[in-house]
Amino acid sequence: MSPSSDLLRRPFKRPLLSDQQRRRDLSLKRQEQSRDSQLHARRVSSALLSLPLEPGASSTEYYSDLHLASEVASKILKGGLEGRKWFQKQLMLPEWMIDVPRRLPQDWFVLARPAGERCLVVSYGGTTVSRRRNGTVLHRFPSALSDGCCRTKAQPSCSILDCIFHEMDQTYYVIDMLCWRDYSLYDCTAEFRFFWLKSKLAETRVCDPPSYYHRYRFSLVPRYTCDLTALHTAYTGAVPYVKDGLMFYNKHAHYQPGITPLALVWKDQNCSKYVVDTNNEGKVPSHQQIVLELQRDGKVTTSDNPPVVFGCLGLDLIQKLGTLQSPYLLRFAIGDGGLTIVDGKLERADLHYLGKSNRARAFADSYSKIMFQSMVRGSSLKIDDLIAAISSSDDGANGPDVEMMDGKKALWKRSVWIVPHSIGSAHHLLLLMTFGSYYILRRIDTFEGANDLPLQPGTADIFFWYISRLLS
Amino acid sequence: MALEVTQVLLNAQAIEGTVRKQAEESLKQFQEQDLPLFLLSLSRELANEEKPVESRKLAGLILKNALDAKEQHRKSDLVQRWLALDPSAKTQIKMCLLQTLSSLVADARSTTSQVIAKVAGIELPQKQWPELIGSLLSNIHQLPPHVKQATLETLGYLCEEVSPEVVDQDHVNKILTAVVQGMNASEGSNEVRLAATQALYNALGFAQANFSNDMERDYIMRVVCEATLSPELKIRLAAFECLVAISSTYYDKLAPYIQDIFNITAKAVREDQEPVALQAIEFWSSVCDEEIDIMEDYGGDFTGDSDIPCFYFIKQALPALVPMLLETLLKQEEDQDQDEGAWNIAMAGGTCLCLVARTVGDDIVPLVMPFIEENITKPEWRQREAATYAFGSILEGPSADKLTPIVNVALTFMLSALTKDPNNQVKDTTAWTLGRIFEFLHGSTVDAPIITPANCQQTITVLLQSMKDVPNVAEKACGALYFLAQGYEDVGSSSPLAPFFQEIVQSLITVTHREDAGESRLRTAAYEALNEVVRCSTEETASMVLQLVPVIMIELHKTLEIQGLASDERERQSELQGLLCGCLQVIIQKLGSSESTKYVFLQYADQIMGLFLRVFACRSATVHEEAMLAIGALAYATGPEFAKYMPEFYKYLEMGLQNFEEYQICAVTVGVVGDISRALEDKILPYCDGIMTQLLRDLSSNQLHRSVKPPIFSCFGDIALAIGENFEKYLIYAMPMLQSAAEMSARTAGADDELTEYTNSLRNGILEAYSGIFQGFKNSPKTQLLIAYAPHILQFLDSIYMGKDMDDVVMKTAIGVLGDLADTLGSHAGSLIQQSMSSREFLNECLSSEDLLIKESAEWAKLAISRAISV
Repeated sequence: MSPSSDLLRRPFKRPLLSDQQRRRDLSLKRQEQSRDSQLHARRVSSALLSLPLEPGASSTEYYSDLHLASEVASKILKGGLEGRKWFQKQLMLPEWMIDVPRRLPQDWFVLARPAGERCLVVSYGGTTVSRRRNGTVLHRFPSALSDGCCRTKAQPSCSILDCIFHEMDQTYYVIDMLCWRDYSLYDCTAEFRFFWLKSKLAETRVCDPPSYYHRYRFSLVPRYTCDLTALHTAYTGAVPYVKDGLMFYNKHAHYQPGITPLALVWKDQNCSKYVVDTNNEGKVPSHQQIVLELQRDGKVTTSDNPPVVFGCLGLDLIQKLGTLQSPYLLRFAIGDGGLTIVDGKLERADLHYLGKSNRARAFADSYSKIMFQSMVRGSSLKIDDLIAAISSSDDGANGPDVEMMDGKKALWKRSVWIVPHSIGSAHHLLLLMTFGSYYILRRIDTFEGANDLPLQPGTADIFFWYISRLLS
Repeated sequence: MALEVTQVLLNAQAIEGTVRKQAEESLKQFQEQDLPLFLLSLSRELANEEKPVESRKLAGLILKNALDAKEQHRKSDLVQRWLALDPSAKTQIKMCLLQTLSSLVADARSTTSQVIAKVAGIELPQKQWPELIGSLLSNIHQLPPHVKQATLETLGYLCEEVSPEVVDQDHVNKILTAVVQGMNASEGSNEVRLAATQALYNALGFAQANFSNDMERDYIMRVVCEATLSPELKIRLAAFECLVAISSTYYDKLAPYIQDIFNITAKAVREDQEPVALQAIEFWSSVCDEEIDIMEDYGGDFTGDSDIPCFYFIKQALPALVPMLLETLLKQEEDQDQDEGAWNIAMAGGTCLCLVARTVGDDIVPLVMPFIEENITKPEWRQREAATYAFGSILEGPSADKLTPIVNVALTFMLSALTKDPNNQVKDTTAWTLGRIFEFLHGSTVDAPIITPANCQQTITVLLQSMKDVPNVAEKACGALYFLAQGYEDVGSSSPLAPFFQEIVQSLITVTHREDAGESRLRTAAYEALNEVVRCSTEETASMVLQLVPVIMIELHKTLEIQGLASDERERQSELQGLLCGCLQVIIQKLGSSESTKYVFLQYADQIMGLFLRVFACRSATVHEEAMLAIGALAYATGPEFAKYMPEFYKYLEMGLQNFEEYQICAVTVGVVGDISRALEDKILPYCDGIMTQLLRDLSSNQLHRSVKPPIFSCFGDIALAIGENFEKYLIYAMPMLQSAAEMSARTAGADDELTEYTNSLRNGILEAYSGIFQGFKNSPKTQLLIAYAPHILQFLDSIYMGKDMDDVVMKTAIGVLGDLADTLGSHAGSLIQQSMSSREFLNECLSSEDLLIKESAEWAKLAISRAISV
């Protein structure tokens, strides 16, 4: 009955600091995250493969039947729209470069973007499907990707590639890799994904010419750390495809679905035929045209997360619009009043309503695209600005860039929100991968000296990756 | 047999082993052969005044143990057996027990009190033995003191055993009246007064109604306060224990008495003997606990809700309370820091001061600072130590704005004291204070950093230097380093600790090799600090973490080489192996989390796994938890390659899953099954029969701690995802289990917070199992096997939605299951889904959720459903 023994407090000076409990908790957290990540990957591949199939070219026809559709057909369509809305959230979309990021030569890759349609290519269950950015199917075909044709069907496994389909040579140019033989690369840095992409594609026959079991050729888009030479090569160098601007990838960024400032696109007349947006007749309209999404409260916004508000529609106009299909996308022209920017923030936009957007559009323009297009019409970011940024960046290459780190920290927090399944390794984003040359040389010694240690394929890959980093 | 009982009972306490064993054996046989007669014989033995006290005491003890056990499943078993006993035997036993309360032998009475309470604990909730309380109280006033004492003691135990709702208010009133009268100063016998005061402690929980009545409460409080002034130490102690219990049970009723209680406690703290003074301090610690809880419920912004309002007693008492506590700090015992079990007035006072600081925040700082300034440089060590302790105590609670300027000044002083102070106790407290500075005022959440490039090197140098000091000081220095490292947890790519990484690691390893590292848990503290340093390290020191792998491996190898140890040495060896496996686990997880380091690290995988298997082999019956945790991390890092370790590892996996007693080990092993499923995928198939059998056995066991059951369900999901349609053969076992667990979770909802939390973790486990099974069967011709389960699963989702007590995790998982069900079953489940509430209201609620994870799951569900119902 004496309570004193049970009630005895643990003195604060001797807290029962249990590192063991911490180890248990961290293990549980890791297990929980792997489980979520695995389920997420399954759901993505399931959705990618079983979205309603409509032959690529006839998509407009498909939508034109909208008003005549029977109840069943409208359900299919609903499924299609749902699917597309969901799908658009799975692709990493670059922002348009409206100012040059810091540490370009240290932290970024550059590549010459092939002209064509951005799509995700998924191989699974004995077939390969490519889907456009809006979720519609481009091709369904056999390929040499893992489990990508019925002949190779042995062990179900899934690969997902981020590609651009280049019409002229009927080739899928691979720009990123999300999943390779069930191994998810979402949580890996761009630097590692590209390394993996290069070495894994080389191990397979996917880059071979087309054959019966491999209908389309795949090809790797070369990319380089963005120094002056690399920028020059990407900008002017010959490539086997039609160029459409340059793409920049932050080396430390994870694959982050949605619009991200850690991947950028830039164009000018020299490296792209499509710098300024054209209208349906292929002509450049006199005023910049943009597509915005109408929100419930009457605001019209970009597709960013969070969306940027460009203006607010009057009630009369909203009523005039009548019923709209979700998403409510509207086309506007930017009038002579242009865009008023104060302290880097959009203050006012001179919007003129043009009409509803094309039904095939899945989402509004992004803020950076609108700004880039606006700049292209006026004072755009020139190749010289990029060169200047690289040259000046060299000076500061040695010291850590505090502001850059702050920026990344902010981004990190954002990416945690956007890519929830990668919280566990989100710190990758922050890592600068500064393995010193001392370490690399040490490893070479070790490998040479220790003949009894067999080099596993994976290890060799990593090892050469280090070496290539060291030399580059 | 009855005649022999006395001798057997005496023999069972014999010094000689063989005699004792034989007696124990025959008692056991007797119990198994004829339980009613066995219990009756024991109660007669207990009641018989002619028997020796030793046999009577043991008879009572065995009776008690036949009615109650610590383990829940054994306890309910014993309860059932008692209830099933022949009623006439029970009546006779109870008569014997009540009769024994009048025994002249104190030990017999005391044992009997406990046995009666145990019987009451079983019977009163069943509405049996209704006359017990009445008969105990019937003529309490006329009883001789020793019987009165035994009766009050019985009432006390009884209140401890049964819950208040099974005793009606009339009986409660009578019990309290008897107890309070027994406590009264007019009671002549100190034994009676003590028994009454101790009984009140247990009866307080029954007094809800009485404490709501001002007159009754005033009376009870007056009696308790008077008892705190009794000349008898034990009575004062028991009375203060009552005050402590009242402060937490009836916090909201304290206001009229708080001033008097302050006077009483202050006097006791300053003048009374230590046990009483400790309880007096405990009163204020307990009030702090209450107010901290209430303010946590308020949620800082005062928009939250708490059932009980905060009366801010601590804030009001502060000007008098703080000086009282500061005085206690000067009453240290010599070498108290080297005695693990030490608890004295200085420690209790310091602990209370910490709680006061957390309760009132900034307000405490100006009250404590003069004491610190006055004492910290005094020649007497007690004053320096007390000042340092006071400073360390107020570091949690007050705002960083308030503390940072003070800490900036104090840091240099503390670092110098840690190296220069001649007294070990001062150094111990100084190192502890530094640790608290780093814990609460250093890290990415703090705006103005305490550790700057200017003082970082000096700080580390001092801490590493201190690790060579006496064990208790070195242990605190390791603890300080732990928090220093933790503060750089999300520092980014470059850590200020990186330049010192090598030196820190070397110093810590050196500490673990100290001959006296076994004292003051120094070795453990050094490994814990090492773990934290590794966890919070950045890519720039990855190469050094890699170099640490063979170092720790060699340490682990060394522990395995020693043969033929005595049992206490074996225990120490096992503890050391635990520390080393823990350290390897941290390193594996660190290196495995980055693709670049993982592949280099995997060079060591075979050797490390070999060591872990040898650690397992050191024990015969149980598996080593730390090694198991580390293997989970290794499986995660190796992926499918782990298959080659399975043939040898499997038996330990099974052993871990069978460990009901040490449920932590079972829980950890269940987690490792998940890791292995994800790593091996379908290569785990050959082991699944064994694993699933064991998991199902775990689930049906009532011995296994309930907290392990939700993760087992999640584990079903992991296995199903790994082996896909091969899970078919387990469906007929797993699905009914999931179904009944789902039904249970629907029933238990809405009880207290703890149960709600458990219910949610159970729901989450069940839902993860369903998700895994659906996704595992996706695209298989055997999907139709799942259709039969769909109605129940949808009902389960509806019931969760209607329950309104799910947390965000359950919401996310539940809506994900809806998507998975629609995705896998497609049109087969279309109409079912359309009829379910989950597909409409629940889904809409999730779609408009603020939580992005829930929203993401909901969007997936929406997509999957739209497909399922369109085809």
